Amino acid sequence: MSDKKEALLSKKNMKLIKDPLNDNNPITVQVLGICSALAITVQLKPAVVMAVSVFFVMCIANVVVSLMRNMIPSRIRIIVQLVIIATLVILVDQILKAFVYDVSKELSVFVGLIITNCIIMGRLEAFALGNSPWKAFMDGIGNSIGYAVPLVVVAFFRELLGSGTVFGYSLLENLGIYEYGYVNNGMMILPPMALITLGIYIWIQRIKNTKLVEEN
Amino acid sequence: MQDLLNIFIKSIFIDNMVFAYFLGMCSYLAVSKTVKTSVGLGIAVIFVLGITVPVNYLLENFVLKEGALSWLGDSFTTVDLSFLSFILFIAVIASMVQLVEMIVENFSPSLYSSLGIFLPLIAVNCAILGASLFMQERDYVSITEATVFGLGSGVGWFLAIVGIAAIREKIRYSNVPPALRGLGITFIITGLMGIAFMSFMGIKLEDSKKEVSIEEVVHLENNETEIN
Repeated sequence: MSDKKEALLSKKNMKLIKDPLNDNNPITVQVLGICSALAITVQLKPAVVMAVSVFFVMCIANVVVSLMRNMIPSRIRIIVQLVIIATLVILVDQILKAFVYDVSKELSVFVGLIITNCIIMGRLEAFALGNSPWKAFMDGIGNSIGYAVPLVVVAFFRELLGSGTVFGYSLLENLGIYEYGYVNNGMMILPPMALITLGIYIWIQRIKNTKLVEEN
Repeated sequence: MQDLLNIFIKSIFIDNMVFAYFLGMCSYLAVSKTVKTSVGLGIAVIFVLGITVPVNYLLENFVLKEGALSWLGDSFTTVDLSFLSFILFIAVIASMVQLVEMIVENFSPSLYSSLGIFLPLIAVNCAILGASLFMQERDYVSITEATVFGLGSGVGWFLAIVGIAAIREKIRYSNVPPALRGLGITFIITGLMGIAFMSFMGIKLEDSKKEVSIEEVVHLENNETEIN
């Protein structure tokens, strides 16, 4: 057990957290978890709830799978992983229904779809199956934050430009911008604009970080 | 019959899995580099959706729903197992995908190797589970309706992925800004395709009580093309 000797927050482990934030971002580089990321970004509140739920499911699922990694036969591993994730998601779903019922209604099927959020499966397959629980936990934290950042950014712009609010607080109205003839862009609320906003986010990220640029 | 047609058209165009709900985006983005593989994956998705939605419909109505177990006896009428639906649905989907994988491996090894990792990943294709969950949410009356809905969603997804693959094959010859290449431009094109698909939204098919006749729908569509 060589990694026992390693310090818990050594450089290598911190890299597991930092990498997904930019160079290996789950949404913009690994292209995982897009489905849920786009569907719930009309407003900030559901986006944040979603990010927290994914954080919870991902960290625990990573640790559990990593603990069980030597016991799972490789042929049935996908079903085993799905069962672990599904159990955690049921927990999250019931908690959301109990405490924030209106948000849970708004997220509708997308809470259930955390199960098939490729980001969780992808990290389990690619990382947790081959690494120790602590590392898997760090990977879980890193990737779920990496998932949350684009989500919140896109949701922020869509809510601000589309309905002029931030977290339901009517910011633009209180700033008095409407008096100058500014009108909300209703287009931003429609589904296709989520794709285009994310496309622009990726564009900006790749201008800054040129090593991510793809071949055509 | 008319209801079925309505559900079919609605699930293909109006409630398109990719453009209206962003389901199945992961494999949509990753496999859409060539038309050939995307046709293969599209067909696999139609097949899996066409099987899993009715199977999950039976599960939902005879096992999971509140009172669904009443066929076992009077003492079961109050049992509500709906919190288990995620696990059962995903188990059905995972086993169906395993089945499809074995079939494809036997009958078309070349397709099997070109689909690669994405075949098993159909199990975690959000469109599949999403369709089952929508089926649960929308309370379809009969198993035929559920099947038609499943097939329709599959066809919608198929159209979307083949469309984007064809565009991506062509876009290789155009001069895209470097930072936008690959993923970025694909997102923006998908957004534009989504806007195009939104023109179908004007068609009101949903009110089965109000009975929109097919002639009327065709008329509406004609009107729309005239406007365009």
